[in-house]
Amino acid sequence: MKNGTCESRSADLSLLKPLLDKYRSSGGGLITVLQDIQEAYGYLPAEALEAAASVTGQTLTSVYSVATFYAQFRLKPSGRHIVRVCHGTACHVQNVKSVSLALSQELGVADGETTDDLLFTLETVACLGCCSLAPVMMIGSETYGNLTPATAVRIIKSIRRKEKGK
Amino acid sequence: MSVTQVIVGMGSCGMAAGAGRVWDRLTELFRNDNINFRLSSTSCIGMCYREPLVEVRDQRGYVIYGEIDEHKAARIVESHVIKGEVIREWIVRSDYIASPDDRFFKDQTRIALRNCGVIDPGKIEEYIGRDGYAALRRIAGEGIKPSSVINEVTMSGLRGRGGGGFSTGRKWHLASIAAEREKYVICNADEGDPGAFMDRSLLEGDPHSVIEGMIICGYATGASGGIIYCRAEYPLAVKRLREAIKQAEMNGFLGAGVAGIPGFSFTLSLKEGAGAFVCGEETALMASVEGRRGMPSRKPPYPSEVGLHGKPTCINNVETFANVPWIIYHGAERYASVGTPGSKGTKVFALTGKIRNGGLAEVPMGITINDIVFGTGGGIKNDRPFKAVQLGGPSGGCIPASLGDTMIDYESLRSTGAIMGSGGMVVMDDTTCMVDVARFFLDFTCRESCGKCTFCRVGTRRLLEILNRICDGEGREEDMVLLKELSEQVVDNSLCGLGQTAPNPVLTTLRYFEDEYRAHIIDKRCPAGVCTKLLTYSVIADKCTGCTLCATACPAGAIAGARKTVHFIDSEACIKCGICFDKCTFGAIEKK
Repeated sequence: MKNGTCESRSADLSLLKPLLDKYRSSGGGLITVLQDIQEAYGYLPAEALEAAASVTGQTLTSVYSVATFYAQFRLKPSGRHIVRVCHGTACHVQNVKSVSLALSQELGVADGETTDDLLFTLETVACLGCCSLAPVMMIGSETYGNLTPATAVRIIKSIRRKEKGK
Repeated sequence: MSVTQVIVGMGSCGMAAGAGRVWDRLTELFRNDNINFRLSSTSCIGMCYREPLVEVRDQRGYVIYGEIDEHKAARIVESHVIKGEVIREWIVRSDYIASPDDRFFKDQTRIALRNCGVIDPGKIEEYIGRDGYAALRRIAGEGIKPSSVINEVTMSGLRGRGGGGFSTGRKWHLASIAAEREKYVICNADEGDPGAFMDRSLLEGDPHSVIEGMIICGYATGASGGIIYCRAEYPLAVKRLREAIKQAEMNGFLGAGVAGIPGFSFTLSLKEGAGAFVCGEETALMASVEGRRGMPSRKPPYPSEVGLHGKPTCINNVETFANVPWIIYHGAERYASVGTPGSKGTKVFALTGKIRNGGLAEVPMGITINDIVFGTGGGIKNDRPFKAVQLGGPSGGCIPASLGDTMIDYESLRSTGAIMGSGGMVVMDDTTCMVDVARFFLDFTCRESCGKCTFCRVGTRRLLEILNRICDGEGREEDMVLLKELSEQVVDNSLCGLGQTAPNPVLTTLRYFEDEYRAHIIDKRCPAGVCTKLLTYSVIADKCTGCTLCATACPAGAIAGARKTVHFIDSEACIKCGICFDKCTFGAIEKK
């Protein structure tokens, strides 16, 4: 965000405009606006927060307070693939910790961090609701069940291979 | 002759198990080979442990096959669809052939889940085909008054299925008598309890039943606007709801003059949650809908007086709403004939953990925990000893196996220190450490506390710190007393349900598994073999064949020994990762 030049700023705002126009015409509350922004950018850029504040008539402070309250919102760019590892009760009981550990080693990042090549962001989430297939992780909208540390690592490797082939 | 139907279970759990590939293969066959069958999809029938499921319906009846992959799917078409030959060994459920899995359905009474896994949730006509919107039509056709609808719901004995257990009819009555013109109905679909997924399954599998329940609630309470607040973590449920709302609008069940009821209009919108457990609490949920931080506020005033945007609001859970159309259509008496005197009807449970038949089961109130675990659930995985069930998620508690005869009803469960909760039932065996379970939940509530009340914000953190040190072998003798005292303080001094119930996992494990706490604190030992810092790994000399598998796998290089001689673990170098334990095929590694 810091090195956002004038160019990237204008690029940012062009994505933003339709979202804000939609809000102006139909309303829908601050959270919906933030969700739409995140959908477009993958995170909430500082400029977008400022724009959301002006369009909703709220202070930047209160927009920021909402953005930081909810687990869904990200203030930093995320990787292309968000790896959500479920740490719900069923997954915990089925030793998901070892899966997280293996993923963290494979990707070289800790929970909440993004790999340097911006391919993966590793996240721990509360419950994905696929408890009978525990341990579970979700990458994009794909859910993977009955994981072991080895199968989880294999899934990451295969995504990485596909990305390299592009 | 009617065309054979092939139906693939495409709920979230089916998809995670590989139903997408099965679907693709069947679509290929359907297109290329000119075989005559109809291909469609349904959602989860509850047998998550057998996913992916493929059902074949022909003039004989239906057969559901379990654990199907692409190859098996092709064989089903070849054998069952083309030749009419059933593949007996893959059958998990059928109405004309018995299966060992019938046990899973034997004790079930499916009211809320009546359509899940049966209809295509994307098609309103399939819902209507199974008495869908018939309750609403009955209200319109017979001119049933709102007060009579409320009376019917009250008489049915339906209580809030989100965990609170408040009388639904009473709640509706309170909203109906509020004098305001503008009122709201909210469906709480912010299913946040880790270990619970019945609301997801219902929304994915039968969204119209929830929508119809909300419309009836709107009619009864005098509300014209409804909002479904759904977790963003459930993308498929969100998609299904959006489709269903559109279909209901096009069919005249939403909008002006609902189902031809004069003067009654009702609109429905969907709000996606943004990931905060506390938003399951009704006042926090409303704050979130209004676009604010999801922090609870003081009650009274209750939402039925001052709710969303300051207007009277009736909030119910997904499962509660799904029961309503059935009650109105079949009558309160029939619903009330199921269950116990204080808890009527059924409850859906999400069976998970160390249970053989993990999935969703809807059972009548009044059956026992043992009935569910050993009957429906098929017993404990790998025949290990049953230790406890955890009910009600972070707000609930652990009930030990010795109380397995406890009946499923609100009051009996509460007397054990646990709660009915939303219906998550995590089954635990002797390899589950109860101190670690308490720590797990406190770690969760501590992170999810919104921070408004000091006792919840700071108290849960202190509780977590104590549990952490007990699990790390640094527990102090006075810790058990301290845990209990602090827990009681947090219960007494928190504003909302999150804080008031957060210590429940600690209090119930202290009450029923005191020995396990003592073993951690005094003997510095974890009997279940879970708390890594308290474990030591060693080689059982008699069993070791010197295959070197463990030594090769050890990431710390802590295992020494020549080929075909007994190996040895250097406990100083051991990082207690447990890889050797998992790798050894001779059971020669001991974990103590």
